[in-house]
Formats: sequence, structure tokens, C-alpha cells
Amino acid sequence: MSELILFRHLDIPDINDLDVYLANGGFKGLREIVGKKSPQEVVDIVKASGLRGRGGAGFPTGVKWSFLTPDVFPRYVVINADESEPGAFKDREIMERNPYQLLEGIAICCYAAQAQTAYIYCRGEFWDLAKELDEKIAELKDRGFLGKKLFGEKFDLEIYIHVGAGAYICGEETALLESLEGKLGMPRLRPPFPAAEGLFAKPTVVNNVETLANLPPIITRGADWFRSIGTEKSSGTKIFSLSGHIAKPGNYELPLGTSFRELIYDNGNGIPNGNAIKAILPAGASAPLLPASEEILDTGMDYESVSKAGSQLGSASIIVMDETVDISWVAYKTTKFFNHESCGKCTPCREGTYWMFNVMQHIKNGEGTFDDLATLNSVAESIVGKCLCALGDFSTMALTSGIEYFQEDFNAHLREKV
Amino acid sequence: MLQDNHATEIAQILERYPQASKRAAVMPLLFLAQREVGFISRDAINEIAGLLDLDPTDVGSLIGYYTLFYDKPGGKYRIQICTDLPCALRGAEKFSHEVCEMLNIQVGETTEDGFFTLEEVMCLAACDRAPLFQVQGKGGIQYHENMTLESTTAFIESIREQDANE
Ligand SMILES: Cc1cc2nc3c(=O)[nH]c(=O)nc-3n(C[C@H](O)[C@H](O)[C@H](O)COP(=O)(O)O)c2cc1C
Ligand code: SF4
Ligand code: FES
Repeated sequence: MSELILFRHLDIPDINDLDVYLANGGFKGLREIVGKKSPQEVVDIVKASGLRGRGGAGFPTGVKWSFLTPDVFPRYVVINADESEPGAFKDREIMERNPYQLLEGIAICCYAAQAQTAYIYCRGEFWDLAKELDEKIAELKDRGFLGKKLFGEKFDLEIYIHVGAGAYICGEETALLESLEGKLGMPRLRPPFPAAEGLFAKPTVVNNVETLANLPPIITRGADWFRSIGTEKSSGTKIFSLSGHIAKPGNYELPLGTSFRELIYDNGNGIPNGNAIKAILPAGASAPLLPASEEILDTGMDYESVSKAGSQLGSASIIVMDETVDISWVAYKTTKFFNHESCGKCTPCREGTYWMFNVMQHIKNGEGTFDDLATLNSVAESIVGKCLCALGDFSTMALTSGIEYFQEDFNAHLREKV
Repeated sequence: MLQDNHATEIAQILERYPQASKRAAVMPLLFLAQREVGFISRDAINEIAGLLDLDPTDVGSLIGYYTLFYDKPGGKYRIQICTDLPCALRGAEKFSHEVCEMLNIQVGETTEDGFFTLEEVMCLAACDRAPLFQVQGKGGIQYHENMTLESTTAFIESIREQDANE
């Protein structure tokens, strides 16, 4: 097994206790920079590490920070803990089991971004977890790891929890900012990007929980060390949430570039009941499914390789499906999800997600005809690339790839039009 | 009135946001109101709107938009079973069906005694522990993971008993 960078609780079960965290190098990273390195130096280290955003888009983190409009203050750091992608449950484990590493990462990010205030936007269902984090933040304040004049230097920092109220779209960063401002969580037109006008119209960094939890070890062990893990363009480890038809579902932290085969068979102990594997959704409901050929199983799970294979790594929520699964039912489930979650702001997405679900329902009830497949494809076409946010595109992916690779599963429900 | 019972908490919530952007406190305040009685009343909406200089319709629209807010009372406990794709692959739809039969209701309905409302919801970020549900009741939201019909029945009975003793 490779080294655990994020899931240190698997080696040190009590690391969610501040003293245990401190005894194991906790807050060493923050101490190494506050008053000792300039914010720009920290940005450069993170750039050099090659760290990419773990929330889905894989954008280089240091580069994103360098887009902040210079000389405009206050600035904000917003942590995306909305985790609502079907099949994603990694941020929750970080926050529950290794919370101080996240909180230290947030502090490092704030220092680099020259922000004095951070908000953790936590999905509403994590109510109890948000309460625990709140207590941990108060404890850090008491112990001098947050608050005014940190370590006697010119750096003030407050972290607040903000709890969402159940809307997948609030994971999209601009919808999240709207929601945090107390409005309906609907995506904003861009530009301006959050780095110019984000929270309360101020320059803002939005990063995912897992992204920020990587910062303390990057600071203490250096960019070169981080780059030595993973692949050339996808450095570091990634937490893969493994779910569906798998003997041992759960989160697995592995170097980026690890093959699907290794994750599914070596870590997840393979498919239960002696069944054969049929298909994989590598990014929850939001990217094309892949037929589980030998070639796909040998594909590395890094941003480039999964994209070359015809899908996306996204947040690495790996849903495994065995031979008993009817892919048309999978499309029914994903279209149902997106119909429910479309925020309705743009017409192609609002109408399109409704129609795709409607037709899939029809097919599921045995009322579909062969013409429906063309209808589905043309509705999908009218959505892709024509929406304000990526949810529109996401909503078509499992459906159109399902029709492409497993049309026979759809055909089995269809008849000729009479 | 919220301000009668929760003045300190309200002040603490408002403190977290810049004065000029105090509207940001609206969701935390709605949660505070909902925690009181299980839904957000007309009076609470008006009070929150007043606190934040907002229009009550504006505040009301948030309740319709976000799935965790309710403007009507439901059962004392909302049992929300995840039947999204990853959980469904592990039998969550069948599980939901069995729980409905056990409670003698359909999805979306409330038991005759007004105790439980059963709902099916999207992914709760616990897909490796399916079947599972969250319970919204007094206070916060609790997860019940790796459930079976037996453990669910036991849970339902324990709640009924506990409530009878209060
Ligand atoms: C519909 C939609 C849902 C998203 N949900 C999440 C989410 O739950 N968590 C998350 O971190 N990013 C989510 N994202 C990505 C964010 O918009 C954003 O890219 C991310 O928070 C940036 O952080 P990172 O660079 O650290 O990944 C979502 C994007 C879209 C379009
Ligand atoms: S694409 Fe869909 S979810 Fe995104 S803004 Fe448009 S309507 Fe809303
Ligand atoms: S699909 Fe049920 S918790 Fe994720």
C-alpha cells in the first residue's frame, strides 16, 4: 500500500484529537509559513507541487490563487464541503476523521490568498458533523491557532461554518456563493470569476475540502516530494470513493494514475456473488460511463487517462455495476437525479432534464418506441455546450454513453411505433 | 418569537457576516426557526425578514428552493431513505419498499399516529453504507447506516417508546 497523505487516521486513529494531531506534526506547515514566507512564496510552492482541484474540474490550485485581483481587500476563502455527487463520500471522511489537517490547510490557503475570513460551506445533511467542526474551530481559537495576530505575526484568521440546505447545484462554486450570500443557489454568469468578484463581490478562492487537506504536507515536505507521487500531470494521491456492486465499498486513498483494476480488485475485493463487471461510472452521475473492458480496467485513474478513455475523473466517485444491471435503468436513475437537481435558470437544462427523465420513465414503464432513442439523443444535443453551468452537460453523460455502449439494454424495452 | 428564546444565538449568527451583507444569515436563521417546531412558520418568516431587512416573500422563496426547509408540519420524524443510484445498486429501492409496508404508508406519506413521514432522497454521501436513511426530528439530522428491515423496525419502536415516556 502506498503512503497515506490525507487519510492519516488509518495509521493514527485518534488524529481527530488536537493533541494527537499536534504530536504528529500538526500545524508545523502553518508555522513554517506565517511570518516566515511571503504569501507569494506559498502560492509558488503550491504551483510547483502540481496540486489540482479535487472537487471535480482538476484545475491547478496555485494557478487559481494567482488569479486573485491584486490589491483588493478583504478577500475570502470558501471551502466547498457540499459533497452531493452520487457516489461521493470522501470529504465527509476527511472532516470526520482528520479534521485538523483540513483546518490547517484552510489556514495555509488563507495565508497565501491574504484572506482573513474563511467559510466552510457544508451540506445541510452534515448537520452533526458541522457542529463538531464548529467545536474544533472554537478549540483552535482557544489554543492560539486561529484568531488575531497568529503566532504573534501580522496575520488574523477566522473560520466559520455555513450550513447549506439540500441542493446539489450549490456544489457549483458560483451557486454556492449565491447561497452563502443568502440567495437562491443558482449559478452566476461568468465573467466575473470568483477570483475577481466572489463572495460579497470581493476576490474569493473556492476550493474543495480534499484539495486543501493536501496543503500541510505540501508545505512541510515540499513540492518535489508531492510531484514524486502520482503521474507527471496528475500529482499526489486521490481519494477514490468506491460504491455500487463491490465487495468492499469505501474510500481508498491511492496515487493518481492507479488503475481501475487495482482499485476494484485489490482494494475493493472485486465484484460480489461471482458476477462479472459490466460498466463503471468514474465520476458519479456526471460523466460518461465506461464499459468495463480489459483495456478500461487497465486504465490509470488520473485526469488525462480517464479523459482519453472517453470519460472524466471528476471527483473520482467510482460506481461499479455488474452484469445484472440494466443500463437503461441506470439512465433512468441519472436522468431522475438531474431533473430533480436542475436549478431551472437556463431553458435548455430545465426543459431538457425534464424531457430526458420523462422519456426514460416512459421507457421504463414499457411504453417506449425505437424513436425515443433518437429523441433522447437530440434533447441531449440541445443541452450540451448551451448552458450556464456544467450541470447541463453532466445531465446527458450517463444517458448518451449508455445508449452508445449498451443500446441492447434500451432496445429490450422498446417496440416499433404503430 | 425567536428573539425571545435565542437572542444570543441570533447575535452569534449575525456576527459571522459583514454588516452590509447580513442577508447571508438568512439560512442559519431559518434552520434556527425550523429546529424549534420542525417547520418554518409564517411568523418566523416575518421575524427573520424583519431582522435582515428583507421582504418576507423573498425569505419564503428560499424555503421552497431548498429541500431541507419545510413550510408545513410533517410527521414528528422524517425518515429519508436514499434511493439514488449507488444505494439503489445495493438494494435501497427494495429496502424503501419494505419500510413503507412496515409503516403501512406510501413514499411521501405520514403514519396515522403522526410520528413518521417517509421520503426518498438523493445521495447522502454515505453510499458505502447502504441501505441507509437520515432522520430529521428534534434537533438535528442523524444518519442510520447499514440498515436492515429488522434494525429499522427496532429503531421505529424505540422512538415510539421513547416518545411515549416523555
Ligand atoms: C453541478 C456541479 C456540482 C458541483 N459539486 C461540487 C461539490 O459538491 N464539491 C466540490 O468541491 N466541487 C463541486 N463542483 C465543482 C466546483 O464548481 C468547483 O470547481 C470546486 O469547488 C473548486 O474547487 P477545487 O479547485 O479545489 O476542486 C461542482 C460543480 C458543478 C458544475
Ligand atoms: S445548466 Fe442547469 S443547473 Fe446550471 S444554471 Fe443552467 S439550469 Fe441551472
Ligand atoms: S447514493 Fe445513497 S448515500 Fe450516496
